[in-house]
Amino acid sequence: MAFYVVQFLTGLASAASLFLVASGLSIIFGVTRIVNFAHGAFYMIGAYIAFTLTERFSGAFGFWGGVLVAALAVALIGVLVEMVLLRRIYHAPELFQLLGTFGLTLMVEDLVVLIWGPDDLVGRRAPGFKGAVDFFGQNIPSYDLFLIALGPVVLGILWLLFQRTRWGVLVRAATQDRDMVAALGVNQKWLFTSVFAVGVFLAALGGALQIPRDAVHHAMDLRIIVEVFVVVVIGGLGSIIGAFVAAVLVSELNAFGILIFPKISIILVFLVMAVVLIVRPWGLFGKPEAPARKTPGLTVNPWRPLTSNERLAALAALVIAATLPLFAGNYALTVGSEIAIFVIFAVSLHFLMSVGGLASFGHAAYFGLGAYGVAFLAKMAGLPMIVCLLLGPLLGCMGAAVFGFFAVQLSGVYFAMLTLAFAQIVWSIAFQWVSVTGGDNGILSIWPEKWAASPSHFYWLALGVAALVTIALRIAVFSPFGYALRATRDSVLRSEAVGINAKRIQWTAFVIAGTTAGIGGALFAYLKGSVFPDNLGISLSVDALVMVLLGGVETVSGGVIGAIVYKALNIWLVSQTDLSKLVLGGFIVLIVVVFPKGIVGMLELLAQRRRKSSPPGSSLLAKPIESTE
Amino acid sequence: MSAAPPLLAVEGLTKSYGGIHAVRGVSFSLRAGEILALIGPNGAGKSTCFDMLNGQNKPDTGHVRLLGEETTGKRPRDIWRMGVGRTFQITATFATMTVRENVQVALISHGKQLFNLWGSAPNVDRGEAGRLLELVGMSGYADRPCGELAYGDLKRLELAVALANQPKLLLMDEPTAGMAPRERVELMRLTAQIAREKSIGVLFTEHDMDVVFEHADRIIVLNRGTLIAEGSPAEVRGNPQVQAIYLGEGLLYEAGHREGASI
Repeated sequence: MAFYVVQFLTGLASAASLFLVASGLSIIFGVTRIVNFAHGAFYMIGAYIAFTLTERFSGAFGFWGGVLVAALAVALIGVLVEMVLLRRIYHAPELFQLLGTFGLTLMVEDLVVLIWGPDDLVGRRAPGFKGAVDFFGQNIPSYDLFLIALGPVVLGILWLLFQRTRWGVLVRAATQDRDMVAALGVNQKWLFTSVFAVGVFLAALGGALQIPRDAVHHAMDLRIIVEVFVVVVIGGLGSIIGAFVAAVLVSELNAFGILIFPKISIILVFLVMAVVLIVRPWGLFGKPEAPARKTPGLTVNPWRPLTSNERLAALAALVIAATLPLFAGNYALTVGSEIAIFVIFAVSLHFLMSVGGLASFGHAAYFGLGAYGVAFLAKMAGLPMIVCLLLGPLLGCMGAAVFGFFAVQLSGVYFAMLTLAFAQIVWSIAFQWVSVTGGDNGILSIWPEKWAASPSHFYWLALGVAALVTIALRIAVFSPFGYALRATRDSVLRSEAVGINAKRIQWTAFVIAGTTAGIGGALFAYLKGSVFPDNLGISLSVDALVMVLLGGVETVSGGVIGAIVYKALNIWLVSQTDLSKLVLGGFIVLIVVVFPKGIVGMLELLAQRRRKSSPPGSSLLAKPIESTE
Repeated sequence: MSAAPPLLAVEGLTKSYGGIHAVRGVSFSLRAGEILALIGPNGAGKSTCFDMLNGQNKPDTGHVRLLGEETTGKRPRDIWRMGVGRTFQITATFATMTVRENVQVALISHGKQLFNLWGSAPNVDRGEAGRLLELVGMSGYADRPCGELAYGDLKRLELAVALANQPKLLLMDEPTAGMAPRERVELMRLTAQIAREKSIGVLFTEHDMDVVFEHADRIIVLNRGTLIAEGSPAEVRGNPQVQAIYLGEGLLYEAGHREGASI
């Protein structure tokens, strides 16, 4: 019995940091409507700076002062980020905000390694809380008891701050209706900045307080952000009480999940989240959001199928691509195959994101599931390659069917958070379930059969499949289903009013996109000859998002162009520098801020301008509608 | 004759929020081809009433029947499939699609082609979409992106979309809100003409009394959730209770009344 009590208390202690970070995210979202993806990064910087300070200055004052100063320093960094970056994207569509702050996260990951090195750092014990308390023969670290008390104290302070201060009243008012607060003469700029600073302070404090419990390392940002997303989805985005209750719930589920499913404890959290989503899609303490007036995209530019000339041009490009083996060496062909596979991956996400308006932040899950599908079939069942290629993607299809069902219950940022959490869950299963997936060692030697073994043959196979998939999805865009999907993206209210079951349409699109990604993953497994958990990791999901964004979210063929340019750049970049994440992150931020239409979008704009300049006077008719920015 | 059920029959509709009775025991009916206006001051329960007819809200008690078939508690999309078209107070359209594509989406849905992944949507029901656009006078705009349209044109597009499933009943929530006076008259004239030609019943809520008195065949008046008057425009205009609600009790109204009556 004592054992269970101790387990319970450990869970409560873990909840403290989780609550600090989640409440910060919630507060920032409430006022600025930005889901700050970089929140995990601020948590991590908080931990690193606190580590340095507490090592440098000794004694109780050195420790507690270090923790506090670290949190304040990170809050200052937050203010800088808010003023330089976020102020430019408050009016951008939410996808761009998520991506911009994600780019920031990537940059921080490399910067942290640059400054503090790649090794785990073990921090000092907290002065005054070094020992353990004996509880019926079980030991509880006294620092855990301190954290257990801290959670409710912070909750109380936040409550006082929001109920009893003028600033708190403004924040609560802005959370309800920020336009009205601005209309009443409140300086919105500084309100947003101060709110962001408070949110970041909480995240950094959460990170700094973790150092006596956990080693500081450069991947802790993603681990916490996924847990925080799960917490705010369960508790309700924008609710501080919700963040508290859900943080306790999730931490306890983790603490006891290990006892029930030692290998895949994360399943338990997932099940609870699924139940909450079905019963209360807006979270336990959240409010159902009124159907928000959708930010129109950057331009309103109707899509049309390719003209016959454009079709010929596309065919010509394909034929030229097919001649690559005639003059290129084996390395170039392998790179070519990889690019073709990433075209498949990118167009599958593009279909979901551009046509369906559903920005999945965990699309790699279905790519990776397709790869694992092939690995299982080839290694365990020993099936021939062609059968594996056909059946492997079905694992991606099944994953998409299950997760997609829950994901489409939500939209916008909730959808993005949920898809990310699902992907992370799939990753954890692949990582932890060693007996089936091989864990970190992956599944090796999945080689193509003779007919596809040579680099040129494999290249043709990949190119052919990529062409087929691209054509099929293009047909789908201009099919009645494609119209229905675009309709649900533009207005759910109107779609329902003309008899469209929006969720069913979106779910179908999710399954199509997941299956297609699975096809890419299946080929990828054969290209690399192996499958690893990284094949469904977050960085791969982000690659897909960047490819679509780079090509142009609001175009029909952006996925293809984006994949080719990005993948080629990426392969080159990795060969040139060790700081690929830093460069990539900076690149993402740059696209979001100065280049949001992507390559194809820019080309279309240029073509439009040229067309417009020929018949003068008609320019008013075809003028693109700019976003509110 | 009298055995056939009316197009729309509303019986004892009631809805309360907490202790507030938003709608209390409202009953009325609507014949095919008839244009019925639902009016009342702000907070009278018009919108609540309307939302219970189109499926966005469930009544506490009471029934709504379309040609004798129960629609109470059904979802908006199911009610649409039974032959009820609707327009919104604030227009809801597919902003990145062209005007024709907007109508085509409704036609695709009506033809149950929503899950067709292979067909060529630009050619689906193109002729029918063109006819509907012509009917509302929007033929010249067919290839324009919907996000570029002026508000009055959006309202006309919504009417074309609402007609796509050959509805028996049109529900229009403040169809002329936010429009210029001349556009209002035009839109309602158009609606009335189409409704009579195709024998569609129309129920609309409206704040503009000129529009109401000119186009409605019959008017029902809500106040504080209850139905207080029902009848022809002339009857409702002369009803002292209605006069009291709209203008207070005084002599001012008499002047307005005489002026109005003389038209």
